[in-house]
Amino acid sequence: MFKRNNYLALGAAVFVAVVLLSLPTSATSRLKLAFGSLFLPLFGLATATQQLPTDLAGSVLPRRELLRQIDNLRRENQQLKIQQSQSIAIARENDYLRSHFGWPQQTAWQLKLANVVLRDPANWWRTVQIDLGSRDGLRENLPVMTTDGLVGRVASVGLTRSQVILLGDRNCRVSARVENPGNDIGVLSAGGPLDNSLVELTYLASGANLKPGQNVVTSGQGGIFPKGIRIGQIVDAQPVEFGLYTEARVKLSANLGNLEQVWVVMNPQFP
Amino acid sequence: MVLATAFLAVFAEAVLPVPRSLLGAQVDLLPALMIYAALNTSLATVTLLAIFGGIWFDTLSANPLGVSILPLMTVGYPVFLQREFILRDLSFAQVILGAAASALVPALTVLLLLTGGKMPLIGWGSLWQWIVMAAGGALATPLVFGFFDWCDNALGYKPRVEPSFRLDREIRRKKK
Repeated sequence: MFKRNNYLALGAAVFVAVVLLSLPTSATSRLKLAFGSLFLPLFGLATATQQLPTDLAGSVLPRRELLRQIDNLRRENQQLKIQQSQSIAIARENDYLRSHFGWPQQTAWQLKLANVVLRDPANWWRTVQIDLGSRDGLRENLPVMTTDGLVGRVASVGLTRSQVILLGDRNCRVSARVENPGNDIGVLSAGGPLDNSLVELTYLASGANLKPGQNVVTSGQGGIFPKGIRIGQIVDAQPVEFGLYTEARVKLSANLGNLEQVWVVMNPQFP
Repeated sequence: MVLATAFLAVFAEAVLPVPRSLLGAQVDLLPALMIYAALNTSLATVTLLAIFGGIWFDTLSANPLGVSILPLMTVGYPVFLQREFILRDLSFAQVILGAAASALVPALTVLLLLTGGKMPLIGWGSLWQWIVMAAGGALATPLVFGFFDWCDNALGYKPRVEPSFRLDREIRRKKK
């Protein structure tokens, strides 16, 4: 039953696994990039396949509908331009007041749009891969967001692709502030394995006055996420560890289950 | 052929939103492929599938590189050794083996991750994900067998069947 070849095959598998697992992190990330490059030809195919329904829908859309959409976009564009000019005036005023009080100046975020190309095939991680890499100026720990709110942070960077750890993964902890009179600060940690729209906000003060619907934003502490990015809203809260601290559930603003495009903040600033 | 299918299967798992968007879990096709390889191919193929399938899966995942190799080999190797005693052509046997393999591989992978000090996202919801993965793997295994049978028929060499009719053995009937 047990022949020499059987032992050799089993030994080879065990040897490769042990060698790979004992390699340092930098070496394994380089190996991952090398093996990941094998999938590059398939990325284009997948993108084209995903684009096909949109292209088909676009080709059969009536002209009247297209004109209506263009009209709506024009109107929205005009509104945004007015809001932008107002924001520029407010920013100038803010800069003036900051210089008056000797506070450090704030600069506008530089954002880069990225497409989500892959999701983690394992069910026990919450990560995605985006089509920007080191050649686009990405580096580790840059915040990633959508227009709805915070999504996560860049975990590892390849030449053309990067891995983003999403909120709710145990490796993506965020210092968050509840917008209530007490400005309570906690740590956003893991969510449940099934529902990726809910995450836990832990280590809140025991007397925190939390109510459902209160907004949760990044606190700016921790050195990764800049202050004031929207995260979500409080769903409920309860005291834990015999009332030592409070834990709350937060419904995320960004829809992590249906991410297609995300923004990477290239120049995060901290207070 | 098995390795190429494993490569495409891993990529498809990472790209396709279903069944994750519907059932909350992605089905892993590598255990089903491993059952096919263990029952129908050589030990070298089983080993290569465990090594390269595991590496490709870990490459697209946040898993440490190489962690999926041992669980795949743990499933494939015993099935290969006992394959003479398994009714491999029966769909029922394929479903049972597929379910067992698809349940065992993620459980062993998570166990290895926890042993290595990693922090995978597990909770009560993981039980549902585990059931979905086992059921998905059970359904996928006969499909994998069917796919490779079809490939064998379509692409494989078919031996020429000699007809029983031979000229030199023709019986001539004559009127006497």
